[in-house]
Amino acid sequence: MPWIDACMAEDIEEEDLIRWDHGGLTYVIIKGVDGMFYCTAGLCTHEEVHLSDGLVMDYEVECPKHNALFDYRTGAALRAPACEALETYEVKREGDRILVMVP
Amino acid sequence: MPRDYSLTGSDTERAVAAGLAAAEWYYTDVPRKVMKDLMKRRDGVAMRDTVIWIGLHVLFAAGGIYFWGAWPAVCFWLAYGVLYGSACDSRWHECGHGTAFRTRWMNNVVYHIASFQVMRNPMSWRWSHARHHTDTSIVGRDPEIAWMHPIKLGLKALAYVGLWDVWGSLKTLLRNAAGRLSTDERAYIPESEIPKVVFWARVHVGIYALTLAVALAMLISKAGWLSLVPFLLIGGPRIYGCWHMVMTGLLQHGGLAEDVLDHRLNSRTLYLNPISRWIYWNMNYHVEHHMFPMVPYYALPKLHEVLKHDLPPANTSLWDGYREMIVAVLRQRREPGYALVKELPATAKPYRAHLHNTALAHAEA
Repeated sequence: MPWIDACMAEDIEEEDLIRWDHGGLTYVIIKGVDGMFYCTAGLCTHEEVHLSDGLVMDYEVECPKHNALFDYRTGAALRAPACEALETYEVKREGDRILVMVP
Repeated sequence: MPRDYSLTGSDTERAVAAGLAAAEWYYTDVPRKVMKDLMKRRDGVAMRDTVIWIGLHVLFAAGGIYFWGAWPAVCFWLAYGVLYGSACDSRWHECGHGTAFRTRWMNNVVYHIASFQVMRNPMSWRWSHARHHTDTSIVGRDPEIAWMHPIKLGLKALAYVGLWDVWGSLKTLLRNAAGRLSTDERAYIPESEIPKVVFWARVHVGIYALTLAVALAMLISKAGWLSLVPFLLIGGPRIYGCWHMVMTGLLQHGGLAEDVLDHRLNSRTLYLNPISRWIYWNMNYHVEHHMFPMVPYYALPKLHEVLKHDLPPANTSLWDGYREMIVAVLRQRREPGYALVKELPATAKPYRAHLHNTALAHAEA
């Protein structure tokens, strides 16, 4: 899988996320509490709600519709109504750019 | 034609076919920065409220026991009843959303205590409430519709003393504890969660059995009327103290539209006195809560200020809300399909009629 240039690092505030669409799929890119960047699938595994309107807190991202909670580092589902983990993707920073490795 | 409120019946098929299930809902535009600020979680406010809540439980129960046999005891038990049998609902609700506390385990602890008090299985009701948010007041999809048509006013009146509801809740708990789930429960609870539903039902039934055993032991040891105390402390308040929960809860969607995709049409916001708001944890801002369930209860008044240009005017008081709701409900009994449609302010975006034109036309016919 190639690295894809996704966005500028400054596009995302600390402890926040943005939606990123690529190849007909939707993702979120998160700037974590540790200042690192993370990428997960963009739709909640419960009811396919866009996570980009959700809340990033510590190492968790919360779905805006039913408050399902995921660890954005591993994708693990931490709170119902989500039972399935989110897909996660590798991210690297090159200068001001954020690159993501997605299919 | 009567509506089918089951989750696997003809109205379920109709809702799915009409695109009303898991549909796109209307949201007021709120800048991300403002919303982020509103969604922020803090432990402090809910910790303060929980310490007061538990402290008052202890104080009122102690007063009730100390003054046993004298009139002041009645006041203490009535106050204890509201804290247990009504405030439990808002704690159950907010902690179920995970929004009361920032710290996850604190939400879970209060959620389980409140679930027990309100006699709801903590697992199945988590799923039921998720569905309520996905498909609010969509007939055949929402398992938490309080006002089913045709409306039985006698049963609604009985709800204020909890008897009917408690009987139903106990039957459900016993059924779940025996490992049996209804068809409706199976419609919204994933198979993988069913063992947890059964486990927690057994825990709740076990606590009630223990309460009964203590009361019987007291009776045998000639404690007389004092043998009632275990039930006044545990379980009983869900009957004699639930009136506030019912009084506020029935206003949430009563008299308003079914089968619409705009929370401004099916939910009610009203202004309440500070004591009721504390018991109810600000759920009087109900349109706001449904539109943005990630906003914690302590930020709802602020969210209301942000959204109110786009919402129907709030009812000015409990009395105002009831007056409006009762007139609408009585009309609904005469005119099946009628629903109150509130006027929007000039600054609001119009109702999303194109998403549910048919349903609204039916509602207004």
